[in-house]
Formats: sequence, structure tokens, C-alpha cells
Amino acid sequence: MLRYANPSFVLRFVKPAIPICAGLTAILLAVGLYLVFFVAPADYQQGETVRIMYIHVPAAWLGMFAYMVMSSAALGTLVWRHPVADAAQKSAAPLGAMFTFVCLVTGSLWGKPMWGTYWVWDARLTSMLVLLLIYLALIALWQTIEEPQRAAKAAAVMTLVGLVNIPIIKFSVDWWNTLHQPASVFTTSGPAIYSSMLWPLLIMAVGATFLFLTLHMMSIRNEILRRRLDRLTHLAVAAGEARGTASFEPAR
Amino acid sequence: MSGPLSSLVRREIAIARRIGGGGSMGVVFLLVLVTIVPFAIGPDLNLLRRIGPAILWIASLLAMLLGLDRLFQADWEDGSLDQLQLGATPLEAVVFVKCLAHWATTALPLVVAAPLMGLLMAQEPESMLGIGVSLLVGSPAMTFIGAVGAAATVSLRRGGLLMALLVLPLCIPALIFGVSAANAAAGGTVPFLTPLAVLAALTLASGALCPFAAAALLRRLGE
Repeated sequence: MLRYANPSFVLRFVKPAIPICAGLTAILLAVGLYLVFFVAPADYQQGETVRIMYIHVPAAWLGMFAYMVMSSAALGTLVWRHPVADAAQKSAAPLGAMFTFVCLVTGSLWGKPMWGTYWVWDARLTSMLVLLLIYLALIALWQTIEEPQRAAKAAAVMTLVGLVNIPIIKFSVDWWNTLHQPASVFTTSGPAIYSSMLWPLLIMAVGATFLFLTLHMMSIRNEILRRRLDRLTHLAVAAGEARGTASFEPAR
Repeated sequence: MSGPLSSLVRREIAIARRIGGGGSMGVVFLLVLVTIVPFAIGPDLNLLRRIGPAILWIASLLAMLLGLDRLFQADWEDGSLDQLQLGATPLEAVVFVKCLAHWATTALPLVVAAPLMGLLMAQEPESMLGIGVSLLVGSPAMTFIGAVGAAATVSLRRGGLLMALLVLPLCIPALIFGVSAANAAAGGTVPFLTPLAVLAALTLASGALCPFAAAALLRRLGE
């Protein structure tokens, strides 16, 4: 486990892992989209608009999954002070925000024909909107604090505070208003979705998860390289100052 | 009354009183917010009566955010925060006491003033009482949550806006239950005590947990 705290090891690990995950993503999403558009039946009530669900539901899952990834990375930052955990945390925030945003947009595109409006202040929609706000605030925190270690610590504590708060927000918003249909895949009596619709959904969900993993690894790699470049630039500038010829060109 | 924490309370209140502005400026800000709402939505007293508790709660929440970014910043800048960290008193207790003092100097005036401003919003006496009680019970939760945001942005020169971005989404539960308690007091199907009990739970839970998060931030950001 502690090997993953070593940035060089992570760089070596992601080099083959990124193409593998990207390939799996491409295959899964291609198969999934084929099933969604040509195999899965239209719903007897919702008609063709039900196909939006195959994007919407995985996006919602990934929006929450990304927060879980970010929270475990935040623990890594606070407990073990991994530099890689910092990078994982920072990289997960925009990805989670993106998936949450996709979930909200596809949801409102589905809502217009079905509910007759793009947006209703329903409990589940509102919780996802608040999740998006928390992601955006964390991204703003990362961008505002210049020193990366300090930003990582501040973002880690705020992420965990948000993690504690998300169930409370969910509960209070549920109390406040409920219109959205209840969960229909993970119920105690088994899935309430017909299998010809469940399979494409699951394949799309796994494909979206691999998409997240691919993008997350690429983003972690970029963050590690960016930090190295920063450090080399500092060293080069310091060396230039020592020689009396300050130079601000990036190191190669 | 001579322990380190009680002298900290006295120090915080003395600073708040001498610098001035904190509490009274918040009340004036509340009044300005309450005044501009009818200009935006029209002077319809029935409408104002219906949305009055919500407007007063939002206005109080925003007014509480005003001075919150200075909660730790002044101490951070002049080094007294380092001294407080070096002391034998746990930083968590220091944060808790600073929150209480800040609440007493900025939020308590709002709790007193907001129900009176219900007059401008055509509120009945029961409803004004409900606004006052719900704010009294709920406003400490917002101070404690705000302290975490204030600690996260302590090193930033202009952290106020970022702090608002961080804190406001986390204040949604307190807002929901506060407004529904205030509305229940004005009449309705929900009993007054149900949302008020949840609001009290939010205040107690945030009072128990937020000082730890804020102290962790202050310690780590100070390294």
C-alpha cells in the first residue's frame, strides 16, 4: 500500500494502466451504447426518452463515487501525508463535478418531456445540485491557495466535513420535498428493472467507472509531473540567482 | 472565572467591543436586506407574510457570514494564534470558545433584531416568536460550520468569498429546519417542536464536531 505513496512508482504503474483502462472504457462504452440504442426496448410509458437513463444513472453513481475516492484520498493526505494522495484528491474534484453536472443536465433533458419542466425542486435533484456546489467550492479552494501542500490539507479537511454533511443534507432535503422516483436498482427485493434494460445500464455503469479511472490516473500523472516541473523551475531559478543570472525559463 | 478559557472569552468580547462594528453592523446589514426585498418583490403584505420567516433566516445567515472570515484571521496575522496553539489548553477548546464569543457578539444581536424586523414583513406575534426561537437554536450551528470555513481560508488575504462558497452549502440543513420551525410557529400542519428538535440536534452535533475540524485545519495550515 505504501508503495503507492511514491510518485515514481505511481508514474511507472499508470504508464501501462492508462492504455489498458482506456481500451476497456472504449470497448465497454461501445458495447453499452450499441445495446442502449439498438437492443434495449423503449419504455411503455416513457418511450424513447428512457434511453437518457443509461447516461444519467451512471453519471449520478460516478458523481458520488468520485466523492468517495476524493474522501479516501483526503484521509491519505491527513493521515499518511502522501503527496500522491494530494494529487488524487485534487484530480478527483473536477471529474466528480463533471459527472454530477452531466447527471443534472441529462436529468433535466429527461424532465422536460416527462415532468413538463427542466427543473423541479425535488429532493434528489436538489441533493445532486448541492453536491455540485460542494465540488465547485473545493475546486475554488484548490485554485485559491497557491502552495500545493497547504491547499491539499485545507481541501482534505473540507472534503471530510462535506462527507459527514452529505447524508445530513440528503436527509434534510428529503424531509423538505420528495417527488423523484425511489431507487429501483439496489432494493432488498432485487432490481425492479426488466433485465433487457438492466444489462445495458450495468455495462454503461462499468464503462463510466473505467472512464473515471482512466481520466483520474491521467490527471494524477499530470499533477505529479506538474509538481516536478515546479520544483525543477524553483531549483533552476535558485541556481541562476546563485550565479547572479536569474532565469525564469522552465527547466527541461 | 480566571482560567485560560474564561480570559479568552473576556479577550474576544473586549476586542469585539473595541473594534466595534461586528454586532451592530450585522443588524444594520440585516435591516438593509429586509428593506430591499419588498422593492424587488413588491409591497404585497400577504406575500411578505408568507415568505417573511424565510427572508429573515436567509438575511440572518448572510449577516452572520459578514464578520466570520476574521474569526481566526486577525489572530493568525498578529501571531496570537501561534501563542494559543503553544498553550496547554487544547486548540479544539480554544476554537470552541472563540466560536461562542463570536456567536455572542455577532449572532445574538441578530437573534434579537430579526424577530422585530418581522414587523416589516407583516408577521404575527407567534411567528415573530418562532423566528426568534428558531434563530436562537439554529444560529450556533451556522457559527460552528462557519468556523471550519474560516479556518480553511485563514491564510488567504481575501478569503471571504471563498469562505461563503465553502460554508453556505453546508448550512442548508440548518436553513431548512430553521425556516420550517419558524413557519410551523406561524401555523401549519407540522408541529413546531419537530423541526426545532432536529435544528437543536444540528447545533449540538456541529458544536461537537466542527471545533475538531477547524482546529485540525489551523494546526496543519500553520506548519
